[in-house]
Amino acid sequence: MFYREAGDFKTTYRDDGQTFPIKLDRLGYYAILFVAALVIPFIINDYWANAILLPFLIYAVAAIGLNILVGYAGQVSLGTGGFMAVGAYSVYKLMTAFPDVSIIIHILLAGGMTALVGIAFGLPSLRIKGFYLAVATLAAQFFLVWLFNKVPWFYNYSASGQINSPERTVLGWAVTGPAASPSAKYIICLLFVIFAAWVARNLTRGTYGRKWMAIRDMDIAAEIIGVNPLSAKLSAFGVSSFFVGIAGALLFAVYLGAAEVTEAFGINKSFLVLFMVIIGGLGSIFGSFAGAAFLVILPVFLKNVLVGTLGWPTDLAAHFELMIVGALIIFFLIVEPHGLARLWRLVKEKLRLWPFPH
Amino acid sequence: MMDQLLFASEVFINGLMTGVMYSLVALGFVLIYKASGVFNYAQGVLALFAALTLVGIMEGQIPFAHLINAVFGTHLSHFGWTVPAVLAIILTAGVMVILAILIEKLVLKHLVGQEPIILFMATIGLAYFLEGVGDVMWGADIKTLDVGLPQGISDAVEQTTANWFGYGFFIDRLDIWATIIAALLVAALVAFSQYTKQGRAMRAVADDHQAALSVGISLQFIWIMVWSIAGFVALVAGIMWGTKSGVQFSLSLIALKALPVLMLGGFTSIPGAIVGGLIIGVGEKLFEFFVGPMVGGATENWFAYVLALIFLVFRPQGLFGERIIERV
Repeated sequence: MFYREAGDFKTTYRDDGQTFPIKLDRLGYYAILFVAALVIPFIINDYWANAILLPFLIYAVAAIGLNILVGYAGQVSLGTGGFMAVGAYSVYKLMTAFPDVSIIIHILLAGGMTALVGIAFGLPSLRIKGFYLAVATLAAQFFLVWLFNKVPWFYNYSASGQINSPERTVLGWAVTGPAASPSAKYIICLLFVIFAAWVARNLTRGTYGRKWMAIRDMDIAAEIIGVNPLSAKLSAFGVSSFFVGIAGALLFAVYLGAAEVTEAFGINKSFLVLFMVIIGGLGSIFGSFAGAAFLVILPVFLKNVLVGTLGWPTDLAAHFELMIVGALIIFFLIVEPHGLARLWRLVKEKLRLWPFPH
Repeated sequence: MMDQLLFASEVFINGLMTGVMYSLVALGFVLIYKASGVFNYAQGVLALFAALTLVGIMEGQIPFAHLINAVFGTHLSHFGWTVPAVLAIILTAGVMVILAILIEKLVLKHLVGQEPIILFMATIGLAYFLEGVGDVMWGADIKTLDVGLPQGISDAVEQTTANWFGYGFFIDRLDIWATIIAALLVAALVAFSQYTKQGRAMRAVADDHQAALSVGISLQFIWIMVWSIAGFVALVAGIMWGTKSGVQFSLSLIALKALPVLMLGGFTSIPGAIVGGLIIGVGEKLFEFFVGPMVGGATENWFAYVLALIFLVFRPQGLFGERIIERV
């Protein structure tokens, strides 16, 4: 009744091919952007920023990155934690080596750096695939974490082996370091999320997206119809790592402020982002957001209910979280392999026809 | 020079022993993969779960005590009895069989015919779930496991080698026992799959699901059986590793060590799991010994993976794996 394309006439191909072809969708999207950019920064407080919004935005970037690789190109990677570490350490080295350059450029360069590393570790994907590749990407995870742990140059020979983000400003506002306000941190993350979602959406519906999906669906057949597997696979690894690197840079510089590589970028990070992609929906940008939101909010929710309301010990709540996440993964793989994004699409289909079933 | 050589050979032997332990975990993977095409990431957590259950039963812990206390405000912890090791092992094996049945009924049955990578991700979910269950059931504190296996440096070996070479080799008695038990286990598994009816059925399923079904083999039964065996192998691995380094979360990470072993040896081959385990075990110890000091040590974390990765680029199916042939 409210949600349909009837009366919404398209007269150009450009209109027909837009991301949100239904008017209500489009308006909703603008409304969300408006609230996110112009309302939330004024009402945000420390708790909301640190517990929910910042991790949500940062993991959304990472999930978009991994979704390009796993969901669109079909190359399962368990090295996300390692690639996030590359982003974090690149941005740290750049921040300390060139203090006068804007941090936005540093973060983008860190993404580029990660893309190069990602392509290097993506090279074996030309020979191996499936879970052989998934396991092979663990090599990236363990090797990179070890490298950042053992080579003092990466953490500027600091005694603790930690990296700490110094204060950097954008247009006079501190966005990193202890003086940064929650809204400044939030806006910088929001900026990169919008950038990532926009680039990813447009890449995945263009030539490259089609190449990736062809490789995912049947690589040999794709090669026969003229998709170059070398460029398709490596570009997927490159673009994916670029976003994952940006997420790692943001996670360290803006959100955590200080990081120790084995703790912040261990293998659990890889699984966390992979779970976001699975629960959210493979091959869907919206799904990356949904999955990130779900897995960021779930622990907060469980902690509030189990520890806050029921008064259980925190360790028990943490174990329950593991059980629930594990069970959810299995549940989604069995019942809805396309994740939350698919559920959302079903709701939209129903709404378009409502109140009539056909 | 002679010292160096002797020391290196000690490292070599210790590497072999470690390799045996890796093979033990890798075996569980191979069994399940061969019979059902599922790459079971949860194998390490199965080992952790088995070891936790074993300790819990031996010490007479009340399952879910922590949870019950939190909900009802009680202070339960132990039944007040202890169970002898042999009986506890049998009971734990029973628990692993029940677990296998549950996994088949609740997870695998619904995922028949899905792509291998989906099944792989499902077992990652299973690993998380089991880890949570294990912790809620038995508590997450580090436990010591002692089923009566000898431990400590073997005096006999040190004496003998000291007489022969004038240099005593330090070899853990537990490692020697692990090697013997692993050898027995492999022999038993091979005998089982070669000479029993169920073993033959298992191999038939591994070869061709459809054909096996059409001659009247119950897939469901075979899967439960295979997961039970894998659970039993996990129990043995859990006992070994648990005795060696305590029963704690890091036990589940041995699965991550077994993955490169499999990549090297090939996912479908029992000899591959053993040879791969030995190569990785020796390789990482020698690499740590020769190259480690130059690059800051702790190379054991990644050496196995990088070795397997480089190897796979040249031979994607592993040492003993079946050649992958694809047609459009």
